[in-house]
Amino acid sequence: MTLPVRLTFWKGVLAALLLFGTYSVYVRIFHGLGAATNLSDRFPWGLWIGFDVLCGVGLAAGGFTVCALVYLFNLERFQPLARPAVLTAFLGYLLVGTAICLDIGLPWRIWHPLWFWNPSSVMFEVGWCVTLYLAVLALEFSPVVFERLRVRWAVKAMHAMSIPLVIAGVILSTLHQSSLGSFYLITPTKLHPLWYSPLLPALFFISAVGIGFAMVIVESSLSKRAFGKALEIALLSAAAKAMVVVLGIYGLLRLWDMHYRGAFVGVDALSREALYFYLEMLLLVGVPVALFASRVLRRRPVWLFAGSLSAVLGFVLNRLNVSITGMEWSAGAAYTPTWMEWSVTLMFTAAGFAVFALAVKYLPVFEASRREPSRAAACDRAA
Amino acid sequence: MNPKGLLVDVTRCIGCGACTEACQEANGLPKTKEPPQLLSSKNYCALEEHGGRYVRRLCMHCVEPACASACPVAALHKTPEGPVAYDWDRCMGCRYCMIACTFGVPTYEWDSPRPRVRKCILCADRVKAGRPTACSEACPAEATVFGEREALLAEAHRRIAAEPARYENAVFGETEVGGTSVLFLADVPMAQLGFPARLHQGPLPQLTHEVLSKIPGVILVGGVFLYGMYWLTGRKNELAAGSAGEEEGAP
Repeated sequence: MTLPVRLTFWKGVLAALLLFGTYSVYVRIFHGLGAATNLSDRFPWGLWIGFDVLCGVGLAAGGFTVCALVYLFNLERFQPLARPAVLTAFLGYLLVGTAICLDIGLPWRIWHPLWFWNPSSVMFEVGWCVTLYLAVLALEFSPVVFERLRVRWAVKAMHAMSIPLVIAGVILSTLHQSSLGSFYLITPTKLHPLWYSPLLPALFFISAVGIGFAMVIVESSLSKRAFGKALEIALLSAAAKAMVVVLGIYGLLRLWDMHYRGAFVGVDALSREALYFYLEMLLLVGVPVALFASRVLRRRPVWLFAGSLSAVLGFVLNRLNVSITGMEWSAGAAYTPTWMEWSVTLMFTAAGFAVFALAVKYLPVFEASRREPSRAAACDRAA
Repeated sequence: MNPKGLLVDVTRCIGCGACTEACQEANGLPKTKEPPQLLSSKNYCALEEHGGRYVRRLCMHCVEPACASACPVAALHKTPEGPVAYDWDRCMGCRYCMIACTFGVPTYEWDSPRPRVRKCILCADRVKAGRPTACSEACPAEATVFGEREALLAEAHRRIAAEPARYENAVFGETEVGGTSVLFLADVPMAQLGFPARLHQGPLPQLTHEVLSKIPGVILVGGVFLYGMYWLTGRKNELAAGSAGEEEGAP
């Protein structure tokens, strides 16, 4: 039995990351962003925005897509995906919120956009959406906790609110997932033409929808390895099929848009940017679509995991390309994160993994509860 | 009120550094021996040399500033007098202004635990009191002159018309990014003098406005569509299950 050894190893990694990460947070808070990061006047947004925020929010997108499928489109077979997806979303957003607090120069003023308004700012809109969505997610996930604590009346109350909540969550998510792309609309001459597009909001939204499914598949695969708790293969395979459609549309829209705008004109086919672009499209679109288009392959756990992991990595690369590769192009300055920036990012990622693992272990995450069926499912069972 | 601005004539500049010195003085910034060559949190005005020509770099005070439109808390804002001013009490330090600014003007106090965005504010207090900016007052060669933007534009075109051989036939800042309050005249295109070669023609805030203005529609249509889908698919399932008219779904 190798399990205890592996757990100890990962616990050691987690402890080390917490140690280094905490030190970096200390340096950041007491000595300023300059002491902890490689950010500069030429390159003001780095890893913490590019990964922690843009990827963090994107990878948490499963929360709203799955909820929409299950509770609004009444596709009940996807019900078991809802909890891991909502949990991912909640943890993701919590970490994003923490990361933003570290990245902004004056963390104790994080609430300012709620009070000092500027509706013409995308950042203002994102601030509002993320705040409201965090509240929605907390409420959406609360039945799991209430159930565990056996607070029946609270479970019932949450049921009554569930549909308006889900609708609010889907709309808020649609808005801010796309708005992360809208951030860059105001930089038509700063962001490299391989990534700048008036369609940025739409592209960010569609890729987020696709990646929500990939995350659930990856999580289920990992959870099976660690705890033997996983979702049915038929269900994961259906999610993989959805990825083919969504990521396929994404790839076609992206290429059509680039062709239409002449984005390839004047771009050296072997430049640094071009190579990152090929890799991103291969991982995010090419590999998962090719694998999951095959009915046979998308029913094999290994390929399910490989295709979804590829999509997740491609997604991360896309967000980093927009925020770092594509902006470096015009900045006239290179940016490489410091070890302190890395340590904070890795600490957050590890914390996300750890809390998710704990939740899987102690809460009914990877199992549809009999006590809390979806409302529509309740109709069926009552009948 | 007619918004104010500056006209910088590169062909007149002698590179003496009186403007950068006056700027440091007026803003209480540390003095430097030589005129600073880079904008930073300690220099809101820099003096670059490009092949014997001296070019001032400072905030362009866009007519429709991208930074102010991007600022989530309206800390950066265009004043009626022309300057793009900054209110630190509102700022939370997201630095979206720095991303949005196409000229790379705003700088940050990276080494402070209580950092501020720093940039030229066109001596907003002096301008409000009816006085010219410190830099224009200090310029001995009238290379930087202060005035109403409209009048400065007319003056720039008059100079070009009077000496077409002396000037590139364009006033930089007249149309770039929808117009700026700081205007430049030179004998070569400004792209050769360290300014961005690619600039958006038209106000940058418009690009985000086109998307943000769709939000109320998304909320309304999205809400109706999602609730409709919920009702429809629920009804469909109900009929398929053949359950006896029990409307549990809709509140």
